[in-house]
Amino acid sequence: MEETRMEDRQNMIQADRLAYNYVKYDEEGREKETIRAVDGVSFEVQKGDFVAILGHNGSGKSTLAKHINALLTPSEGTLWVNGMDTSDEDRLWDVRQSAGMVFQNPDNQIIGSIVEEDVGFGPENMGVPTEEIWQRVEESLKAVNMLKYRHHSPNRLSGGQKQRVAIAGVVAMHPKCIVLDEPTAMLDPNGRKEVIRAIRALNQVEDITVILITHYMEEVIYADKVLVMDDGKVVMQGTPREIFSQVETLKSYRLDVPQATLLAWELKKAGLDLPDGILTREELVEALCRLY
Amino acid sequence: MIRDITLGQYYPADSILHRLDPRVKLMGTILFLVGLFLIKGWAGYAVATVFLFAMIRISKVPFRFIVRGLKTIFIILLITLVFNLFLTPGDRVLVQIWKLQITDKGLNTAIFMAIRLIYLIIGSSLMTLTTTPNDLTDGLETLLGPLKKLHVPVHEVSMMMSIALRFIPILLEETDKIMKAQMARGADFEHGNLIQRAKSLVPLLVPLFISAFRRASDLAMAMEARCYRGGEGRTKMKPLAYARRDYCAYGILILFLAVIIALRVLL
Repeated sequence: MEETRMEDRQNMIQADRLAYNYVKYDEEGREKETIRAVDGVSFEVQKGDFVAILGHNGSGKSTLAKHINALLTPSEGTLWVNGMDTSDEDRLWDVRQSAGMVFQNPDNQIIGSIVEEDVGFGPENMGVPTEEIWQRVEESLKAVNMLKYRHHSPNRLSGGQKQRVAIAGVVAMHPKCIVLDEPTAMLDPNGRKEVIRAIRALNQVEDITVILITHYMEEVIYADKVLVMDDGKVVMQGTPREIFSQVETLKSYRLDVPQATLLAWELKKAGLDLPDGILTREELVEALCRLY
Repeated sequence: MIRDITLGQYYPADSILHRLDPRVKLMGTILFLVGLFLIKGWAGYAVATVFLFAMIRISKVPFRFIVRGLKTIFIILLITLVFNLFLTPGDRVLVQIWKLQITDKGLNTAIFMAIRLIYLIIGSSLMTLTTTPNDLTDGLETLLGPLKKLHVPVHEVSMMMSIALRFIPILLEETDKIMKAQMARGADFEHGNLIQRAKSLVPLLVPLFISAFRRASDLAMAMEARCYRGGEGRTKMKPLAYARRDYCAYGILILFLAVIIALRVLL
């Protein structure tokens, strides 16, 4: 027992047969029905990893994400974040500080009316001394390349900029891990690129563990590991290359693959001798050139 | 029409008024409003006018920004004007239309009442234009701090206010969007009499309320995710501290009030 515990601590996140039920009540407050949103999920995320979670709507990926930040606690099973059990109420704020969360709608998560005030909101709540707050605000705005907008009102920023401010707000809390719940779903292609670039920089430069929930396949190809969820269960796990070489299985979970991968797959089906799991356009071009 | 409200809209600029401690500005606005209601006679209004316009100049906020806020109270202004004009009894009757009469006193009160209302709005918009909502609520929280001992949830109220202020422009934008969506499907907000127009707003309010609640729930979750747990143990990014300019501002304010009182008593 003691041994497994030691092992847990080396993982940033470890889920053990995690399950969560949404309970619906009728007018009299009796349980009407329970919906099992997450159903016996086990996985682990190592420190410094970039993990992507894929799944179509209603697959339970957002519910899972909320567990990592202890916004929800498991109905069954356990989840450790940075060695802390998220069901442990005494450690609640430690869990939330170690695992920051960025949500889908940038407007609904910005609290301050000036960019720098919003970034300072998290550290203020944690009781960080004033001078250090300013230092952290500056550092985190720099990390997402938004320092020159520090005095702006968030209402006048573009979606991608707002989302980067939201990320800075989480970074200022010095988390070990950031969970991003479809951060690019409401953005245009440019904003999406900006945000993904910022997330990758945080992962590579600051060595923050990143858990990215998305349904844009192009964002997944940079991940170290991909989890595919369907109907509350983790149905596939592996590197992007491993996952995307199984085009047909992905389709059965109502998921797409990156365009280049799809094209390569179709070409292969048509008889060309291409390798499995081509992810980017460059790779496809290279593989095609090698053929002739 | 809907974007015209300036109240609660910060106008970023670099002026002494912007840099003043929010407590000074809050107290200043209150003193200014009190002053307005103490005024009797033209001299007092002249002082208030000079004071207000000097403040507007100092604030570096464009004049049209300040005036924009007035459009929304236009109807209230009109009603006050008409009621005061026709219903104030006086000694000399200037104009008589059927049973309605305009007296010299009525004319006087009407004009003063209008000026008072206009200055009231301008004065308070000037404060919100030069103070970030966060500063404003910080100021309120500190000013009302002593009430905490009476179990008044000062921090919670000020947090609610700052969030409300932050969401005003977002909800306005949303209203605009819903209006356009409904107009595209044939809704008519601009024609008909007042009652018809008020009725046409009902289908606007329902989706707006739903979306406001959804936003509130999202925001609450985002705040919790960022370790928000009430006022206790919270530090401040911008702790309030009086500087010399703040004491000077207090001096000017007291001087203003003193002049107003002196004019009232002496004239």
